[in-house]
Amino acid sequence: MNTTVVDAGTDEKTWGGGKRPLKASYGKLMMWFFITSDSLTFTGFLASYGFSRFKFSEIWPIADDVFTHVPFIHGNYPMIFVAFMTFILIMSSVTMVLAVDAGSKLDKKRTTIYMFLTVLGGFIFLSSQAWEWSTFIKGDYGAVTTHGGNVIHFVDNDGNRVALKDFAIGQPAERTQHLAKNGLWFNKESGLPSYTFDEVVAGFEANQNLLVKTTYTDPATGHKTILSRSESLKELKTKGKDVVEGANLIHNEYGPPLFANYFFFITGFHGFHVSIGVMLNIIIFFNVILGTYERRGSYEMVEKVGLYWHFVDLVWVFVFTFFYLV
Amino acid sequence: MAADAHKLEIFRGLIKFKSNTQKIWGVLIFLSIVTAIEVVLGIYKPEVFNGHFIGLKVLNWIFIILTLVKAYYITWDFMHMRDETASLRRMVVWTGVFLIAYLIFILLQEGEYVGSVFTNGFVKNDF
Repeated sequence: MNTTVVDAGTDEKTWGGGKRPLKASYGKLMMWFFITSDSLTFTGFLASYGFSRFKFSEIWPIADDVFTHVPFIHGNYPMIFVAFMTFILIMSSVTMVLAVDAGSKLDKKRTTIYMFLTVLGGFIFLSSQAWEWSTFIKGDYGAVTTHGGNVIHFVDNDGNRVALKDFAIGQPAERTQHLAKNGLWFNKESGLPSYTFDEVVAGFEANQNLLVKTTYTDPATGHKTILSRSESLKELKTKGKDVVEGANLIHNEYGPPLFANYFFFITGFHGFHVSIGVMLNIIIFFNVILGTYERRGSYEMVEKVGLYWHFVDLVWVFVFTFFYLV
Repeated sequence: MAADAHKLEIFRGLIKFKSNTQKIWGVLIFLSIVTAIEVVLGIYKPEVFNGHFIGLKVLNWIFIILTLVKAYYITWDFMHMRDETASLRRMVVWTGVFLIAYLIFILLQEGEYVGSVFTNGFVKNDF
């Protein structure tokens, strides 16, 4: 009987609360568990991107051909802008961890400065992404889609891409945009491409130096296959169907529509996380200025939101690899 | 958490920093170098790495490994995983690693199979 009582005494100490076996506070632990589950969500997206890519491995667009723009500069600069975005996000991760460090020393002034810089980095990243999206949506050279849903690009003899507007020849046509007021009232279309398929074919026939770049990747070179002039004409005339400029969820001039869908969905979901992160950072920033954490005697909230912010950076590292590099 | 509670070594003790702030800048430099290597390889795509290894190009394996290296240092040093207890670390990391590896395996395996049906099957998809 005595031993039982003694045991109960030790039980009281072990299970009576106040113990922290992981030496982390409740909030921090829950942030870690949230991050684990959220990383599984992103894995789901990226792995399904991988699924579609393995499924369409021959016709998937090459990222270096798609993301080639840098703001304010003309020309073909793949990777540069995304590298800049990556650097911005890593940099704002650094200012965040510096803010956490300053907070752990109860240094209000430096925490404020670093939190401000982190918010700034978040805004720069978000605006970069908005620019990236609008460039992607607006499109670049334009393309022809085939009956089977593939895309056909146009190049000159040197293999440089040629825009539709540089060679399409105007043809008499009666096709007009279907608006709700002059067609079926419950139905409309948002716009027509600048050129019809016939205009593109006429222009292609007139320009002897134009060739067709198919959507198929040559396994030997890693580039898309370019056809000879006679094959190009045959390919365009037998398979071509529509003109597509830019990208949305249904049409996509870069490759299979799935590519654009994944692009919008994954970078969009990541961008949504960044927006939430910026919002949380702003709240923390004002709380630091108001002295909330100074009165509390602990800047742990900065650390918890910091964990989230680093996670957003971590996800971008993977998005960067699987969308732009691999 | 006191500042001296941080572990200040990276690369298994090869580099030891004097303060946490210094370590942060050190890790930033390391991450920037890795990103720069990735970008340069991504732009020039050297032909040397065009060979295939377990279903992927060698270049892509390099990208994936460099990404995991970056992820490690972001988690360990920016998110202070290095300073957490071993049980918290394992709880978060191994849960993720097992489930992610499983998901990737199952989806890529299936994707490759569906792709082979498209390529070798009797359905015409290019017309």
